[in-house]
Amino acid sequence: MTTQIQMNAVTQPRQRGLTLILILGLISVGLLAPLVVYPVFLMKFLCFALFACAFNLMLGFVGMLSFGHAAFLATGGYITGYAMTHFGLTPELGVLVGTLASAILGFVFGKLSVKREGIYFAMVTLALAQLVFFFYLQADFTGGENGMQGIPRGELFGLIDLNDNLNMYYFVLAVFLLGFFVVYRTVHSPFGQVLKAIRENEPRAVSLGYSVGNYKLLAFVISAALAGMAGSTKALVFELESLTDAHWHMSGEVVLMTLLGGMGTLFGPVVGAAIVIAISTLFSGGELGNYIHIIMGAIFVMCVLSFRRGVVGEFQRVMARNFSASRVGK
Amino acid sequence: MVTFMGINLFALLGQLLVGLINGSFYALLALGLAIIFGLLRIINFAQGALYMLGAFLAWLALHHLGVNYWLALVLVPLAVAAIGMLIERWLVRPIAGQDHLYSLLLTFGIALILQGTFSHLFGSSGQSYPIPDALKGGYNLGFMYLPVYRAWIILVSLLVCAASWWVIEKTRLGAYLRAGTENPALLQAFGVNVPLMITLTFGFGVGLAGLAGVLAAPVYSVSPDMGANILIVVFAIVVIGGMGSIGGAILTGLMMGIIEGLTKYFYPEASTTVIFMVMVLVLLVKPSGLFGKEA
Amino acid sequence: MKRNTNTPKAGFKLALHCSVAALMSVAALSAQAATGLSDNKVKIGVLADMSGTYGDLCGRHCVDAVNMAVEDFGGSVLGKPIEVVSADDQNKPDLGSAKAREWIESEGVDAINGLVASSVVGAVAQVANVNEKPILISGAGSNTFTTKTCSPFNAHWTYDVVALARGTVKPLMDSGKKKWFFITADYAFGHALEGVATGIIESNGGTVVGSARAPLGTTDYSSFVLQAMSSGADVVALANAGKDFVNSLKGAAEFGLNQQATMVGLLVFASDTKAIDADIIGDMRLTTGFYWDRDDASRAWAKRFVDRTGAIPTMAHAGAYSSTLHYLKAIKATGTDDGKAVMAQMKAEKPDDMFARNAALRADGRMVYDMYQVRVKKGSERSNPNDLYEIEHVIPGDQAFGAMKPECNFK
Repeated sequence: MTTQIQMNAVTQPRQRGLTLILILGLISVGLLAPLVVYPVFLMKFLCFALFACAFNLMLGFVGMLSFGHAAFLATGGYITGYAMTHFGLTPELGVLVGTLASAILGFVFGKLSVKREGIYFAMVTLALAQLVFFFYLQADFTGGENGMQGIPRGELFGLIDLNDNLNMYYFVLAVFLLGFFVVYRTVHSPFGQVLKAIRENEPRAVSLGYSVGNYKLLAFVISAALAGMAGSTKALVFELESLTDAHWHMSGEVVLMTLLGGMGTLFGPVVGAAIVIAISTLFSGGELGNYIHIIMGAIFVMCVLSFRRGVVGEFQRVMARNFSASRVGK
Repeated sequence: MVTFMGINLFALLGQLLVGLINGSFYALLALGLAIIFGLLRIINFAQGALYMLGAFLAWLALHHLGVNYWLALVLVPLAVAAIGMLIERWLVRPIAGQDHLYSLLLTFGIALILQGTFSHLFGSSGQSYPIPDALKGGYNLGFMYLPVYRAWIILVSLLVCAASWWVIEKTRLGAYLRAGTENPALLQAFGVNVPLMITLTFGFGVGLAGLAGVLAAPVYSVSPDMGANILIVVFAIVVIGGMGSIGGAILTGLMMGIIEGLTKYFYPEASTTVIFMVMVLVLLVKPSGLFGKEA
Repeated sequence: MKRNTNTPKAGFKLALHCSVAALMSVAALSAQAATGLSDNKVKIGVLADMSGTYGDLCGRHCVDAVNMAVEDFGGSVLGKPIEVVSADDQNKPDLGSAKAREWIESEGVDAINGLVASSVVGAVAQVANVNEKPILISGAGSNTFTTKTCSPFNAHWTYDVVALARGTVKPLMDSGKKKWFFITADYAFGHALEGVATGIIESNGGTVVGSARAPLGTTDYSSFVLQAMSSGADVVALANAGKDFVNSLKGAAEFGLNQQATMVGLLVFASDTKAIDADIIGDMRLTTGFYWDRDDASRAWAKRFVDRTGAIPTMAHAGAYSSTLHYLKAIKATGTDDGKAVMAQMKAEKPDDMFARNAALRADGRMVYDMYQVRVKKGSERSNPNDLYEIEHVIPGDQAFGAMKPECNFK
């Protein structure tokens, strides 16, 4: 019946203060990081972290595994790229347009799929995303196999030149924080509470009078929109959008990031994205390029067999245990 | 050239035949998926990778051990089945009680490992496997030249699919299988070794993928990602057919191959997407699939 | 966007400060860059499809070829070491472009060689052009790099679609084969090749009766072959390369298309010719920029190449060697690795090595040199596995590549 993935407790109210401090600390790290690390690498990480957070909204907080999120990443990228190239939009508008386009696609996907459950939902989203992949492969405006090349980064609000990597970085950071904030608000809202109720016991949510289908659909649209926002931003960073983003491997990669970092946790997808991006950067391009797939596959198998909570989930569990133990001791 | 109402019949029939050949592969792979799903309720994401493994094993056996095609046609599916049974026993069974999504992710991971390993060892471009001498040449059908080997693919695939269907639907063994699908606990109580049956069924399902791999080796080049691309199509076929019936998987597989062939003639641009469009249509009209029983 | 303005504002203030600082340091650096070597070394990146569809025609052995050039040059220039790095672009523009960006922006790479799939080269060129780094295009064919998207930093070395179409299409037209069908690789290179060839066919009174676009890396060509068979064409031209060429020609033979029409490969590398049965490809006439068995110099180089790699050298390998050598000579002559100065010098001095004959790097970045029209030997004519071609005649550079196009007008 309902698909229930064993979940980690979402941050409890008493942890919320802690979470805020953690967030502020991370923001300051984010502000200083490009002085030490190659900014393009950081931007890539932030885009994928946002992508994973968006995906986690579905898997972690509604309990539905979408295997088609690559379609939203690519749609954001292509639409933003097209709008920037042909209408000369400023980057913030470009990202907005890409995000909206993904939201609309998310609505269509959602209409076709949210009534399906478990593996059916996964397969339907996968197949729909493949349809989108082939559409982008054939459509003229995407450049097909050549990719959409030469997307201008433009000037933010018509003022700040994003061709400078540092300026671009702070823009990406801002977009990421905005996206993260949306996820945070969604999860910690009455709407988010209903989603969790659906995840834990769908029939009960139905019997309480919630229109489960609509809740799932709205969550799916938000998730798709944020994934699109990640894709839009990524297209600006690399001044290029390509079929790699639409390929189902990308859908698999975001599952991996979320699973590894800890699904159903706020920071899990961010940590997962950091690890996966670090690994793939380490191996990219070289003789060892194919090890990426082997390592990713091995991580998948390991996570499923014995590490289902993910890095952050395990961390939270250990913390919670120690915390409560010390209280009992007193 | 024969034309009818502006349609070039020769070209159309040719594309339909090519579609039927592709459909044969779809049917074999969808059948394997359906059998595994029927008993274990898991979607085996590694089915494509095991199809690739079958092709590679045949190629390796030929080039390093001198094992010819005919022997490979028997041995390789058995080898793939054996590997599949090990996977089931050691990796899939430990998470049997968990949500089915985990087994999907697990088999996805296995697929990545297999694909990555073969890309690393043999590069991502294809290796060629010669057509066995006895199946070289072709028939002139008037409207097209049908290479013997392509006809052989259709023949083998249809025979194997029909035999599997017969075993599952018409024999005592098949009755056990179907009973296991409905109520494994009850079947166990009747003294049937259900875990063993599950392992063997998994082996049989992936063995079919291995067989498809050997059949494919001489016509498609043997490459690490050959399974990845076909698998998503097979998933769509499974959604279209619905997961309830073995016959449904076979019929839908063949049908979709033919529809793809038709599209290649009338509107080639859509030939890669047509199956997915059919899927969307089916989802709108009959969400449980054409032959499906799932509510 | 509006609800969360605090942090971005703070970020942008910092960003402004940082970018001012960065700009100042860039200005300081560029004042020094006119002479001497950046980072005290010359670093060449080799970017190619290492193991995929195009792996055999350039791939790892292009890295070998570049290394051979570095060794032949003495391993150092202006007393400073020469370093070669390489990466696999898997024929994906996003991978290639990201790698080029990383190399140039954070690893001090001075020039990029290899460069096979035109789609990847297009993306790499954008990054390299902005950063004023030379790209030595040894494997790609699209002529856009010296026309529409030309740049002072592009050196298009080995061949292009114009030379291929002129060399191969014209003689077939002259022999009376007027109805053509294309099986084309569905991306920048294939489109460009089909486009140029179509122009030549139509201006010589021929017609193109159809074309089928096959994705890069297709392995089963049966439906494309069937389309070609029902078109009634005299000539079926394969506007693809590498494994795609091998698979499509084999597919044509399997369905008997080669009995019905003349098959011709528009871009054929020696590695591909070797991979196909002599029965199928024997007697095909094609255009190439290099054949190992041409003269003593090419034979001597090819022997070293084969000893090192075990593979037959293709024109891409030879081109990667030749372009690297010429690039290093230019650095030595100008005393700097500054992109602008080096490119100017590369154009001023004529390339002259075992690959480039009667050669010159034209102002638009096109390397113009003698190409060859060859006939593939039949099985019975071959004395060893690498004995593939008979050179029928030499196509002088200006005939092969044509005149410079007015579209390219950078300063």
